[in-house]
Order: sequence, then C-alpha cells, then structure tokens
Amino acid sequence: MFAPFMVNAWVTASIVAVIAGVVGFFVVLRGAAFVADAVPQGAFAGAAGASLLGINTLLGLGLFALAGSLGIGWLSRRARRDVATAVILVMMLGLGALFLSFTVEYSSEIFALLFGEVLGVSTTEILPIAILGAVCVLVVLLLFRPLLMTSLAPESSAAAGISNGRMELVFLVIVALATSLTLPVVGALLIFSLMIGPPAAARSLTARPLAAVGLSVVLAVLTVWVAIAASFETNWPVGFFVGVGGAVCYAAGRLLAWLRTSRS
Amino acid sequence: MNSLLRLLFAPGFFASSPVHVALAVGGIAALVSGVVGTFTVLRGQSYSGHALADLSVTGGSASFLASISPLWGFAGTGVIAAGIMEMIGIRRPRGRDLATGIVRGAGLGVAALFLYWDTTSTSTTGATVTILFGSMFTVGSSAIPLVLAFGLPALAIIAILYRPLLLSSVSADVAAARGVRVRLTGLACLVAIALAVSLAAVTVGAILSTALLVGPAAIALRLTSTPGRATVTAAVIAVASTWIGVVLAYDSFTWPPSHDGWPVSFFIVALIFLGFLAAQLTGRVRRVGG
Repeated sequence: MFAPFMVNAWVTASIVAVIAGVVGFFVVLRGAAFVADAVPQGAFAGAAGASLLGINTLLGLGLFALAGSLGIGWLSRRARRDVATAVILVMMLGLGALFLSFTVEYSSEIFALLFGEVLGVSTTEILPIAILGAVCVLVVLLLFRPLLMTSLAPESSAAAGISNGRMELVFLVIVALATSLTLPVVGALLIFSLMIGPPAAARSLTARPLAAVGLSVVLAVLTVWVAIAASFETNWPVGFFVGVGGAVCYAAGRLLAWLRTSRS
Repeated sequence: MNSLLRLLFAPGFFASSPVHVALAVGGIAALVSGVVGTFTVLRGQSYSGHALADLSVTGGSASFLASISPLWGFAGTGVIAAGIMEMIGIRRPRGRDLATGIVRGAGLGVAALFLYWDTTSTSTTGATVTILFGSMFTVGSSAIPLVLAFGLPALAIIAILYRPLLLSSVSADVAAARGVRVRLTGLACLVAIALAVSLAAVTVGAILSTALLVGPAAIALRLTSTPGRATVTAAVIAVASTWIGVVLAYDSFTWPPSHDGWPVSFFIVALIFLGFLAAQLTGRVRRVGG
C-alpha cells in the first residue's frame, strides 16, 4: 500500500483534502452547495475540450471552472441563483457531451475524470497542484474575516465597508481554483462530497469558526486516506469511498450534535 | 420551397424510424419536464432536480448491471432518493441544499462502483457515456409505452395537487393554515420531479436532464407571470427545443469533424441556453423601458 508508486497518490490526495476542507467550510457556511456542485461538473467539459485539443488538462479545467463561476456570478444578478447555476451548468455539460463525441477517447479515461483516479498522478504534476493549492488556502486564510462576515451577516459587513458582491466574486474564483486542482484526483462528480461532508460535520460539532476549519480539514484528510486504503485493498473506484465517506461524516456529525443537545 | 425544406430536414428524416421514436419519446419527456419544471423553479428546487438527475445515474448503472431497461433504474432510484431527501430534509433552504448534496454525493459514490462493475464484469464499455449523456437515437420503439407509464403519473400528481402545490410554494405557513399537508405535498412534488427527470435522462442523458427540467420553466416564468400560462409555455418550449434538437442532430451527420453526428443533447441544451439568455436580456429591456 505504501509502495513507491503509491507515494504520489498519498501526497496528492492529502493536498486535495486540505484544500477541500478549507474551501468547503465556506461553501457550507454560505449555503453555496449548488455552486460548489455545479462548477466541478461543468469544469469536466473543460478537461474533455483540453484533451480534444491536446493541451494540458489542468488548463482546460481551470478555464472552464473560472468561466463557469463568473458566468454564475453574472447571471445570478439577473435571475434566481439556483436557476442561473443550473442553466450555466447544463450548458457546460452540453459542451462536454459535444467534445466527448468528437474525441475517440477511451471511456476509461472519461470514467477517471468523472469518478477520480488517484493512481495516475505523476511526480511532475504534484508541484503545480501543491503551489496552486497553497495559494488557494492562503487566500482563504488572508480573507478569513471578510469572508466570514459576508457569509454570516451580509448587512453588517456592508456597513463595515466590505463589498458583498466583491467577496462573492472572490469566493467563486476560489471555488473554481480549488475545483480544477481536486478534480483529476477525486473526479468531477464527487469532489463535492469531500467539500461538503467533512465541513458540514465540523460545523455541527463546534461553533468556533477556526476550530471548525481545522476539524473540517482533519475529517477531509481522514476520509481521503481511508478511501485510498480501501480502494487499494478492494480495487474499487476511489470515488465510491469518498462519496460514502462524505455522507458518513455528515451523518456522524448530525448524530453527535443531536446527542449533545438531547443530553443537555 | 422544396429546396428550403430539404436544407432544413436532411434527406430521409421523415422516413427514419429511429427519428420517429426519438421525436415521440423526446416529445413526451420534454412535455412532462416542462410542466413539472415550472413547479420545480417556482418552489426553488432546481438543486433537488439536479441532484435527482445525478442520482438517476446510480439507477441507470444498476439497471445496466441487471440488464433491464435503464428507465426502471432511473425512476426507481429517483423515487427512493426523493423519499430520503424529504426524510432528512430540513426546513431552511440552506439546510435543504446540504441534505440534498449529501444524498447526491453518497448516491454518486455508489454509481461509481456500479459503473466500475459494468465496465469490468460485463463488456458494456459504453455504459458510462450512454447513461450520462444519453443517446436518443438508440431508444427502441418498445420504450414508448414505458415512457408513457412513467410520464402520466408525474402529470397526474401535478394536475391533482395544482392548487396546494402553488399555495405551499408561495407560503408554507399559509398553506398549512388552510389545511394543506405541506410535507406530503412536498414529497409528491419531489416524486413528480424524479419521474420527469428519469424520462429526460433517457432523452438527453442523466446529467443533462436538469436542462429540460429547469431551462424551459425558467424561460416561461420570465415571459409570463401567471402559473397556469407559464406551465403551458414551459411545456411548449421544452417540446420545441427537443424537436428542433433532433432535427439538427439528424442534419449534423454530414457536419465536420467526424461525419458521425453531433450529440442531440448538445443541441437541446444549447437551444435552451440561448432561449434563457434571450429571455433574460429582453426581460431587462422591458423593465428598463417600463
């Protein structure tokens, strides 16, 4: 399980889990579940397009994730946010279907993009993921207070001179960045489980924001580690274990919170 | 006139039986999606609709394993998932989104496993792409009765619960005070959405069925303000974009780069997207003018 060819998998997955844990905290706090769900799925189309043109997948992912985020931000000023998100998402997925029909890609590669493939990470790919991931986490930590305020009390943060619109934009860009990093590992359809299960559990366990972020990171890393180990043993896809793990985190968090309130 | 017709409809369009089936199945699916979609958008349940669409992937992949019609799998998991979502659902929209997302994530995880088995144990390598993105021209004519059998209950739910649904969409409290059983109505609505989505999944593929559900309804609600008129408009838009999509896809068999046809789902989604953008922009002009 810890053979040399598995080292990359462990390292990358841990980086990905830290990013998902930190960014996911704000996804849960802002109630942005649908956006965090839509951006990775839409970005999948970018990966398909990139492989069609023969360019770097990470570039295609990043471009589509960013375009999707900004598109959602732009349209939701005009229409209801969930509708705007759904419309942008399906348009990007439609493009993905088109790109896929043009390529003669093996369906196993499509499967890997959708449901994740940890073992395929090479050593040269780790560095960009680590750097971009560090940028992502750093931006969140630097903007921790304004992000927190705009999430919890938009009215008073506007009074304190923080632009809600601008923070929303920053948040969407962070989600886009986090997405393009984590997608190749966990897969387009399941990043979201990692971004929402552990943070939701952490939130129901502690009310202090920083402690919740820490706890969410720990839970996310644990989920990914268990998922890789189990996937290695059974040879089943990582995505299965991540998806189920996210749900287990959430259920356990809800259960503990319920036990605590019913006891006191 | 004749040459114009030939330009629009590539030769053989009206004689091709896969096209007939695609028009029939796609039309029914679009009609149901448009009607149910209006309530999805009114009730702010676009995300539930999308999650149910994703979850139908689980059922679709399971039915590939059991080699039964995918429609059974789509609808079966959809209805079960609707029940689970309603069960753990929390009243506040924010909590509801979370619960929806968790159920969706777990379901997709299981889907990953099923699809993995599909591709390893059986030799259906195309299962992933077929389930996710649909392939309308491969639907057999035997699917039409099944499509009707799933579509009619969805329409019936909306028709019977029309008033209570509208009332509880506007205000759950008022509806409860008037004696509407809000949770039961909500569950019935989710079941209708699940059925509509599973029909759309056959047409445009599981992860694109949100397009037929939310798109036409959002356009219609922008164009008219009364719910009844919006429902009809949404159904018309959905059916029209599906049929035009089928025509374009048939035409595209002569298009570059592969001469193999562009996917129907792409055309349908693109038409709906353009319609949505147009409705948004004209709506804005009207508001500025008035």
